[in-house]
Amino acid sequence: MHADIRFPIGLLFSIIGIILTVYGFVTSGAEMYSHSLNININLYSGICLLIFGGVMLCMAIVAQKKQKAEDSKK
Amino acid sequence: MPHIEIGAIDYTIMAIYVVFVLGIGFVLRRYMKTSSDFLTSGKSIPAWITGLAFISTNLGALEVIGMGASGAKYGIATCHFYWIGAIPAMVFLGVFMMPFYYGSKARSVPEYLKLRFDEKTRGFNAISFAVMTIFASGISMFAMAKLMQILLGWDFTMSIFISAVIVLVYTFLGGLTSAIYNEVLQFFLIVAGFIPVVFLGLKDAGGWSGVQQRLQEVAINAPAITGAAQSYAPDAWTKSWSYMGSPSSNPMGVEWFGLVMGLGFVLSFGYWCTNFLVVQRAMAANSMSAARRTPLIGAFPKMFIPFLVILPGMIAIALTAHSGTSGFSIPKLADGTLDYNNTIPMMLGHYLPSGALGLGLTALMASFMSGMAGNVTAFNTVWTYDIYQTYIKPGQSDKHYLRMGHIATVFGTIVSMGAAYMAAGFNNIMDFLQLIFAFVNAPLFATFLLGMFWKRATGHGAFIGLLSGTLTAAIHHGLTIPAGAQSLIKGGWLGSVVHTYPSEMAQNFWTATFAWTVCFVITILVSLATHRTKTDDDLKGLVYSLTPRIKETGVAWYASPAALGVIVLAAALVLNIIFW
Repeated sequence: MHADIRFPIGLLFSIIGIILTVYGFVTSGAEMYSHSLNININLYSGICLLIFGGVMLCMAIVAQKKQKAEDSKK
Repeated sequence: MPHIEIGAIDYTIMAIYVVFVLGIGFVLRRYMKTSSDFLTSGKSIPAWITGLAFISTNLGALEVIGMGASGAKYGIATCHFYWIGAIPAMVFLGVFMMPFYYGSKARSVPEYLKLRFDEKTRGFNAISFAVMTIFASGISMFAMAKLMQILLGWDFTMSIFISAVIVLVYTFLGGLTSAIYNEVLQFFLIVAGFIPVVFLGLKDAGGWSGVQQRLQEVAINAPAITGAAQSYAPDAWTKSWSYMGSPSSNPMGVEWFGLVMGLGFVLSFGYWCTNFLVVQRAMAANSMSAARRTPLIGAFPKMFIPFLVILPGMIAIALTAHSGTSGFSIPKLADGTLDYNNTIPMMLGHYLPSGALGLGLTALMASFMSGMAGNVTAFNTVWTYDIYQTYIKPGQSDKHYLRMGHIATVFGTIVSMGAAYMAAGFNNIMDFLQLIFAFVNAPLFATFLLGMFWKRATGHGAFIGLLSGTLTAAIHHGLTIPAGAQSLIKGGWLGSVVHTYPSEMAQNFWTATFAWTVCFVITILVSLATHRTKTDDDLKGLVYSLTPRIKETGVAWYASPAALGVIVLAAALVLNIIFW
């Protein structure tokens, strides 16, 4: 197939992950977390998203390298 | 209800999502060279992608809003829509039916009917399907705009316009491939956006045991809390089968036979196995094996979607009965009844601080858009191939049909916007239309079952069977009412009421069961009385007994459709037993 969907997914989740992690870190202990039972949900969601995005990106890169290796064999 | 405050960071996250969605469309644009690239993805997509798209396209407005509301109203019994409804039907589609859809030259479900039966059966299906998808996408748009209006205070017209333009741009540029790719992206976003809410809701209620405890209060005090006519056994909200013996012992008001036959068999198989909206995703897969695995792969995440969409509803009603530390409860409407419909969005607003809120709202937007795009791409294919190419302008160049596919995408979106305004203006018209669609859809699975597994079924038989099934559904609905019905749209419009069902859901299930049975019997009778017009040779690849068995090669045993099907069913069985 022409384009690997894991690239945009990985990229999108990594970007949102970074934003949330940084924002969560900066606003740590802020009043607004009374909403979320005093849990810094931004930080935790951000980290999870970042991990998921990273895994997706890695899978996409590995697949691309494999594809290139196969192409050069031919 | 006060609007939810959203900050710059939330807007940023939503904007990034929009950029990616549109970006995917732009990247895929250069691959769209023929009408088949645009409308059927040129059969080129791997199974895991079509599998996720398969369930994501269904994870639209109705699922998120409807299932959340039902979770609150009926409790865990709502999971029957998944564990006895969708899952077995998806397995059946993958294992038994997909070979005929994918293996025949059909590009759409109506086209299969043309190859298997005749032109009139296809025409009936194509036209009713085309009209239905337009209105479905209109309703989806309406629901989204309404929600944004209530939740964020956005202008109704602006919401409709923006969502329509975004969906239009990415489906116009990249066709079905773009819709499918975006559905996968949207699927992950929906999961990522809803998990924090479920987690926080659960925590607020003191974990699952806290939810169970509170739901006991709901069941015992049902009249006071939900306005139900009676109270129920303490665990009625947390047991899916235990109280299905009689309609009066469970909040859904159904009994096990109506549930299994009406929902599990007729409605679910009818929807998941014959609705082109979902079948189209599997037909875009890159091989027969991938096409068959599409619904099976989709079935795994599908099983767990109740934890994202039904569980929040259950948590919400639990907290309404006995509030947690954060004081969440389902607000009341002006007439004192609970406002179930916005349960999930309200939880998003209540529990998520700025930041995660942006992610949650993005998930909501993603869900609405995937539902809408699914309808648009199914519409443009059926319109172009089954209506335009067949009845209006046959025999043109492929370029001509590619252009028509583009025009149909624009046209379909514009008409859906009209439908959204119709929904806003005349609530009853939408209820009425949905009712008609239910009548048309109910008998459909009988036609496909006979078509695929009985070579003697004829075109006349199929057509007359379908018509009489639809008519039966209408007549049954006209002669019965659910308990407490106020308006004729709920039934009884034929003047005399023959039977009163304990609930609307029971009435729906039985309407479907009657329609299916009549269609099944009439198709057989008429087929036996008419001559076959298709020879065994014509039906090769279309009927089970005339098609050579497929040998799976190059796939590990556990990845073969039959093995996957067994694993999926076993897992669904386990879920049913755990929450029995």
